[in-house]
Amino acid sequence: MSQPRPSDDGTGTNPDPFWDLCLYVTGQSPKCLRAIENLRRACEEHLAGRYRIEVVDLLENPRLAADDQILAVPTVVRRLPAPIRKLVGDLSDTDSLLAGLQLRPSGRTAT
Amino acid sequence: MLYLYGGNLSVTPDSGEGKHMDKTVLKSLTTDGPIGPELDKAPTGIRGLDQITGGGLPRDRVTLVAGSAGAGKTLLGLEFLVAGAREYGEPGVLVSFEESEAKVTLNVRSLGFDLDELQRDGLLAVLSFRVEPSEIVAAGEFDFEPLFAILDDAIVRVGAKRVVLDTIEVLFGAFGDDSIVRSELSRLARWLEDRGVTVIVTGERGDKSLTRSGIEEYVTDCVIVLDHRVTEEISTRRLRVVKYRGSAHGTNEYPFLISARGFVVLPITSIALDYGASDERISTGIARLDHMLSGGLFRGSTLLVSGTAGTGKTSVGAHMVNSACARGEGALLVLFEESPDQYLRNMRSIGLDLRPWVDAGLLRIWAARPSAFGMETHLAALARLLEAETPSVAVLDGISSIGHGISATEATSMVARKIDLLKARQITTLITVLGHGGETSTENVSSMVDTWLLLRNVETDGERNRLLFVLKSRGTAHSNQVREFVLTSHGVELIDVYVGAAGVLAGSARLAQQATERDAEARQADELARRGRELRRSVMEREAHLVAVQDQLDAERAEIDRIDLRERHRAADTDTDRSAMGVRRWADAALGNGEQR
Repeated sequence: MSQPRPSDDGTGTNPDPFWDLCLYVTGQSPKCLRAIENLRRACEEHLAGRYRIEVVDLLENPRLAADDQILAVPTVVRRLPAPIRKLVGDLSDTDSLLAGLQLRPSGRTAT
Repeated sequence: MLYLYGGNLSVTPDSGEGKHMDKTVLKSLTTDGPIGPELDKAPTGIRGLDQITGGGLPRDRVTLVAGSAGAGKTLLGLEFLVAGAREYGEPGVLVSFEESEAKVTLNVRSLGFDLDELQRDGLLAVLSFRVEPSEIVAAGEFDFEPLFAILDDAIVRVGAKRVVLDTIEVLFGAFGDDSIVRSELSRLARWLEDRGVTVIVTGERGDKSLTRSGIEEYVTDCVIVLDHRVTEEISTRRLRVVKYRGSAHGTNEYPFLISARGFVVLPITSIALDYGASDERISTGIARLDHMLSGGLFRGSTLLVSGTAGTGKTSVGAHMVNSACARGEGALLVLFEESPDQYLRNMRSIGLDLRPWVDAGLLRIWAARPSAFGMETHLAALARLLEAETPSVAVLDGISSIGHGISATEATSMVARKIDLLKARQITTLITVLGHGGETSTENVSSMVDTWLLLRNVETDGERNRLLFVLKSRGTAHSNQVREFVLTSHGVELIDVYVGAAGVLAGSARLAQQATERDAEARQADELARRGRELRRSVMEREAHLVAVQDQLDAERAEIDRIDLRERHRAADTDTDRSAMGVRRWADAALGNGEQR
């Protein structure tokens, strides 16, 4: 299924943005592993070649939770493109994952 | 920093020693407490609250503090943490879900809590999470492991024994699935309990349930509800312990306030009527009044002076203050209606100069309309005054104005709490109340006082005069006589009223009656003197007469004697003559006589 490239949308702004994502987890819990898997799959599908996923294990450094304001896991933070968005959950629902990260053009109506 | 008002708890938080309260003390406070081992409790440091709960919050359990916005939930939690860190050797962790750490620190600095310092000393860890539902997209299953992890880290770091989670309720609705939030928070509560920390969670007051999200359903050991209402433009804060599993607790609504020194709870019914009773009598400053009360008031008793406007109630109070200061004892004067200067000036007009006592530091005058800043604040301010000063005598002048803007029940309860406050400290108290002349007081406090003086104005013949009655005096033989109460330039004087055929007379009528009586007496005296003089004259006359009669009598007796003597002489002469004649005549008789001879 071919998706229209963001550059094709004709808005002229950020035609080909780079996606910087951070996934917070606590250890190897099934929920977290599920989230990692779900996120990777979605990114490969929609953002191949222009995304980065940093996985942060809060059990290794709990204080990052306060610094980064992470209460629940798994949490994906979309650092780029702006604005910052936070998704909480195991991302098993693809629709909400795509909508949450605004990976799908469904959020964008034809202009 | 934290104060108990009206209590007898033997805990001294300032000593900083001892993590746990003496359990024997707790038992004595909870007389109807559970059978079996007393629940271990963590004192909050808010002494009024510790008193109501019999020692504090359940140790190693979760307590819910529910209340509407601005009710003081956060502050209660903070006091719990600060008291723990400073006074009970129990460091704490604060997790704020509402405000940033900087903001929390700033907010409580005005109350004298330096959270930065506590954090530097390693006695407190502050974590803050801002939860913005609009920034979060729900995307499946989740858990709160990061919160567990960071809490664990903080608890270990400071060695925390106390944790406050400030309004975990914001977590509801933010992550999509509230059932997960609920089960995670329930898990968090159990986890914290297992870690051996005493926890306060705060929650927003709900419409139908205690909290908006029903946290009370799984935080079940202790629930405290804070309430903030404004009645007739005067705000009142109240605290109620709704539930305390395994422990007796006060169930009333207790007023509390947030003062410049933090959270203050004022228990009223915890005054256990166990104050001591002194046999010592102290003077009211009015000698004849003391006499009417068999020597004065018992130390620590309460005197109510009621009367209509202008009957001299305030003057009685001033006398008592004056006499206490003259004895070298401290006195506290609480004015509800006048300014100190006005009071001092007015009392000078009846010859009582109280300013020297103020200057000498013996007399503390505090003037404040209770309606100016709320009932509870007024009460707490009084309580704080009593912490700072230790007067032996207190006068609350014009307490009726306490009733402005609040219901009669509230006014009564407020006056009662003030009386209890003073009584528990063995302070002899005089309260003046504006009455309606009858034998009921508007504030219904008459049953709480030991002695009750009624001042009444009687109007007769175009003038008003003051009368004083002793309506009651517990434990004291007291005069049943009414006295006339006169304000002179040298103070109050009590004068016997005229009780006579014309009834009870006072004032001019009494003076007139006394004058009439004096006249009558004078007339009577004159009459008696005249009569005496007359009688004496009469006696003298009669005595003189008596002498004359006696003289005459004596003269007549002498005459009688003379006559008798003369008669005897004449008889003898006659005999002699007859014998001689007989001899001459040779009288037979004389012969016979001669023979015999």
